[in-house]
Amino acid sequence: MTTDNNAPHATSGLGDDDGTAPEFTVYGGDWSDVAEEAARLGGQRLVFNMGPQHPSTHGVLRIMLEVEGENVTELRAGIGYLHTGIEKNMEFRTWTQGVTFCTRMDYVASMFNEAVYCMGVEKLLGITDDIPDRANVLRVLMMELTRIGSHLVAIGTGGNEMGATTVMTTAFVGREETFKVIEHITGLRTNNAYIRPGGVASDMPDDSVEMIRGMIPKVKERLDELAYLQLENPIFKGRLQGVAVLDLASCMALGVTGPILRSAGVPYDLRKSEPYAGYETYDFQVPTSTEADAYSRVVLRLEECYESLKIVAQCVDRLEASEGEPVMVADKKIAWPAQLSVGDDGQGNSFEHIRHIMGESMEALIHHFKLVTEGFPVPAGQAYAAVENPKGMLGCHVVSDGGTKPWRAHFRDPGFNNLQALSMLTEGGQVADVVVAIATIDMVLGGVDR
Amino acid sequence: MSDAKDMATTGADVSAVLPEGRTLINVRKGQFVSDADTSGYEGLTRFVYSPEAAKRPYGSWFDQVVDVLQELLGDKADAAIQSVVVDRDELTLHIAREHLVEVCQHLRDDQDLRFEFCLGVSGVHYPADAGRELHAVYPIQSITHNRRLRVEVSVSDADPVIPSVTAVYPANNWHERETWDFFGINFTGHPGLARIEMPDDWVGHPQRKDYPLGGIPIEYKGAEIPSPDQRRQYR
Repeated sequence: MTTDNNAPHATSGLGDDDGTAPEFTVYGGDWSDVAEEAARLGGQRLVFNMGPQHPSTHGVLRIMLEVEGENVTELRAGIGYLHTGIEKNMEFRTWTQGVTFCTRMDYVASMFNEAVYCMGVEKLLGITDDIPDRANVLRVLMMELTRIGSHLVAIGTGGNEMGATTVMTTAFVGREETFKVIEHITGLRTNNAYIRPGGVASDMPDDSVEMIRGMIPKVKERLDELAYLQLENPIFKGRLQGVAVLDLASCMALGVTGPILRSAGVPYDLRKSEPYAGYETYDFQVPTSTEADAYSRVVLRLEECYESLKIVAQCVDRLEASEGEPVMVADKKIAWPAQLSVGDDGQGNSFEHIRHIMGESMEALIHHFKLVTEGFPVPAGQAYAAVENPKGMLGCHVVSDGGTKPWRAHFRDPGFNNLQALSMLTEGGQVADVVVAIATIDMVLGGVDR
Repeated sequence: MSDAKDMATTGADVSAVLPEGRTLINVRKGQFVSDADTSGYEGLTRFVYSPEAAKRPYGSWFDQVVDVLQELLGDKADAAIQSVVVDRDELTLHIAREHLVEVCQHLRDDQDLRFEFCLGVSGVHYPADAGRELHAVYPIQSITHNRRLRVEVSVSDADPVIPSVTAVYPANNWHERETWDFFGINFTGHPGLARIEMPDDWVGHPQRKDYPLGGIPIEYKGAEIPSPDQRRQYR
């Protein structure tokens, strides 16, 4: 590896490389060949890349590692490979269309992106208290189903990366059950654009209540299976216990939230500390641990899934009781005019709405056209909204210039913040523990890079 | 919540007024693609300002926090806290950049404040706000007292320098790199202010308002697709 000091990088290369160190290029293959060759040349210290396209990096994450033997002496994470300019794009679309963009950030927990953005927009509009109860219940239902899905992905892919494929398949089977419900209600498995400023895109179909009630035991079964499969497994414990430890002081210094902070003993959960969407009315616990290691975080994620199922069950009862109530704010200057329905030719605007605007009222057609193409103006100012995403605190800073498009929308993805802790989680440990540390942070690079 | 009409003035030849403590968010000129206002009305220019500074009592816990901060800053309080805005139940402190690190230190360490977490920094570009074009917005969270406030620092486009708060809030390391990358705000004292999302050799700061969406044509399977700002819909 050579270092060009005139390169436009702000930092020089890793280590004290004088340009004479031997360089090996490896694409897969047998690692021991490289190690032998390095040993023959007498080098102890190796600098190499893990990623950007490595199966254990949860997307495209580049990790620059400096190792001595099997020990990691320095680690740096390089991100940006999945930067898609979502925040910039949102400035060129209406407030409602923004949902379609931001849902694609952390694509494993997309409902949270939509929810936090909509809460920010509603704060700007001053309609936070006007959101119908049923819309809030549907939001909570969607967020908790997504939380289960996201945690299952974290546990499943984490197991897969350590070589336990069964953990992955079991987790994905469980996640599929949540997707069936999400798809039934929103029409899409992920990237739903379901939560909209003012409420949700559509009410749930009539048979959803039974479907959700049927789903709960199926997911619970998979969670039980994952717990039985992993938690007492000696290999699993050997790989995870005491690994990737981040104590409370480091968590606070690095602004780490979510399961990592809770594994260090702080029961910090925005659903409890700053309840939104009616979370204060649900009965659930915030599990914590004091072990602060990767193992305790797997346990916490499993426990949180059980708690989420409890919330889902409460949501179903409320949805049953509130059938027929509105799911969109009453203010017609903001509310999306159409409700979606499923017809013979697939999902689209409901037949009644089409008949009304095309056959009965020209004013309704104009209203629909203006609201859908131009959007609604949002009073000037700025607002900050935050929700508890499966990975931690997801924040959204929205600024309006009084127009129909965001002046600025910025997201504080917990993965972006927490990934900074990777060096502290891994340095001094072994190379194999790097994979565990990445899995325990559970960032999604779509959210990190945006 | 402030009234949008109150914050806007209209008129054809009005030049922007910059009232103390308010941000000129934008000058809206209708949706004409060219500069010419073909309506014949010539009255579409609107100056959109951020909500005005709050007067005491601010309400809620805001008074207490500002009092404590003023006491800790002592003589420097007036210079450091440029204005206090309460809008939509959120407290915003406009802080002079020279005093930012000290303010953050007090916010973090004083037992009555205890804002342990800085939730990053979000840049905002207001090209119309002459002399204060670039704003850095720091949402700061207290777990102890369960409060959140916003610290806002504004600098000019010509001198986009803000001291880094990474010594107080190490979590802001990557956030500041991101804001440097996207807005070109130079955080002095940062341990390694490199680009983070864009490639290292990228020219320009993409989330500034004068940077077009896309900005570069994209070659895909042999065909060259013009950048989005060259397509009519986005202009």
